[in-house]
Amino acid sequence: MTAKEVQDRVVKILTPYVKDEKALATAGPSTNILEDLKVNSARLVDVVLAFEDEFDIEIADEDVETVNTIGDCVTLIQQKVA
Amino acid sequence: MSRRVVITGLGVISPNGNGVAEFELALRKGKSGLALQPSMVEAGFNCHVAAVPQGVDALAQAAFREEELLAMNTSHRYAALAALEAWQDAGFTRPEAGDDRVDWDSGAVLGTGIGGMDTIAERVVPLVNAKRSKRLGSTAVEQVMASGISARVSGVLALGNQVTTNSSACATGVEAVAEGTWRIRAGRAERMLCGGAEVPSPYIWAGFDAMRVLSRKFNDQPEKASRPMSASAGGFIPGCGSGVLVLESLDSALARGARIRAEVLGVATNCGGHRGGGSMTSPNPTGVQRCIQAALADAALEPARIDAISGHLTATGADPKEVASWSRALGRGPADFPVITSTKSLIGHALGAAGAIESVAAVLMLEGGFVHASRNCEDVHPEIEPFAASIPHETRAVPGLSVMMKAGFGFGDVNAALVLRKWQ
Repeated sequence: MTAKEVQDRVVKILTPYVKDEKALATAGPSTNILEDLKVNSARLVDVVLAFEDEFDIEIADEDVETVNTIGDCVTLIQQKVA
Repeated sequence: MSRRVVITGLGVISPNGNGVAEFELALRKGKSGLALQPSMVEAGFNCHVAAVPQGVDALAQAAFREEELLAMNTSHRYAALAALEAWQDAGFTRPEAGDDRVDWDSGAVLGTGIGGMDTIAERVVPLVNAKRSKRLGSTAVEQVMASGISARVSGVLALGNQVTTNSSACATGVEAVAEGTWRIRAGRAERMLCGGAEVPSPYIWAGFDAMRVLSRKFNDQPEKASRPMSASAGGFIPGCGSGVLVLESLDSALARGARIRAEVLGVATNCGGHRGGGSMTSPNPTGVQRCIQAALADAALEPARIDAISGHLTATGADPKEVASWSRALGRGPADFPVITSTKSLIGHALGAAGAIESVAAVLMLEGGFVHASRNCEDVHPEIEPFAASIPHETRAVPGLSVMMKAGFGFGDVNAALVLRKWQ
């Protein structure tokens, strides 16, 4: 799975939680999920569960702490899928 | 400081109609919201009938963003839809997403009897038992905390005054209106959204079924299964939904030229103390009568001024005692007893939401000059028979209808009563 394919699926999962929809339109690997997209931090838990379902992977709590940007999500998911 | 309090907005999610317009039509037609529930048959309950609002998810999809819906269980959806309708009915607009302003003068008292039982039963317990609690995600707490419904509504409407959830079993909805009235009278708020919500769940109904307080003899005729004041009443039919009333200081309502639907003239709450015949599950008649009289005294009205009663009247053995208590408290015997009706004959007993939905109904009846049919008591209970002329078996036009009392009496021996007056 290419980074672009993973990123598209990550953005799709994030979409309902995004409060700044304009930022979503220009989202890329460096887009910060909390600061740029204004996702409620409590909902990151739900986003991670959705990643697990979408990619059939398990994400540990320690892994979640490394995730700040869309690019971080893509890197983590690619590691887990591999 | 004591200020006059009026009702400027109504919202409702009811088993016989969602939204105030549909609900009023249903009341006028005596439309039933009772239906056979396969979940109750499957669970082996003795009662197979309940009253559940229809089409709510479609309304919620239209009203709320996906992010909001992901966090809203059924009680949140019921309460938020009713509150949004009430707010708009009062002439206010819903704050835009991204609007950071807070309305510090408006709050909410939105109660529930049982709380987020659907979430507890369908998500929390199964996932914890399966050692998969991580899969609960972030939304379980806000859905099972009792105050989840009022918290949700405050987020939708940017309410900045007191926002809380009350709980006093089947008196909850009426008590919420009393609490909001006191806060506005005291000058601590200009507007309070008051009411309650209760969800449909076999996990709520199971305990009542086990207590043998649910109707079980009319499973094959669901619309006849809720029989308040009837000789053949054999228990209540569980219901659910939400009712919300926007209470507002008269000063605020007049200043903004709001349409006033009714005035809250008097309110009272008390408890029978589980003495004098009262217990956890039955009311002390003295407590009931004192509550009715306290609401009248609060309204500074003579009992003769009461034109109609929207009773608690659930279709259990408590109905004859309740009618006797009204008669004694008002000092009015069968010859001059007010018209009395039970909204539960149409929509069952919505528990913590009952007093809220039925208060909405009471305001609509006052405005419209009618008292809706109290169905399924053609065979009036022998102890209520002397009052039979006061019971409308068909919806009755009452042109001079001016003052109505609404009461709720709940487990725990708790009571709440309102005196509502038509606005003119």
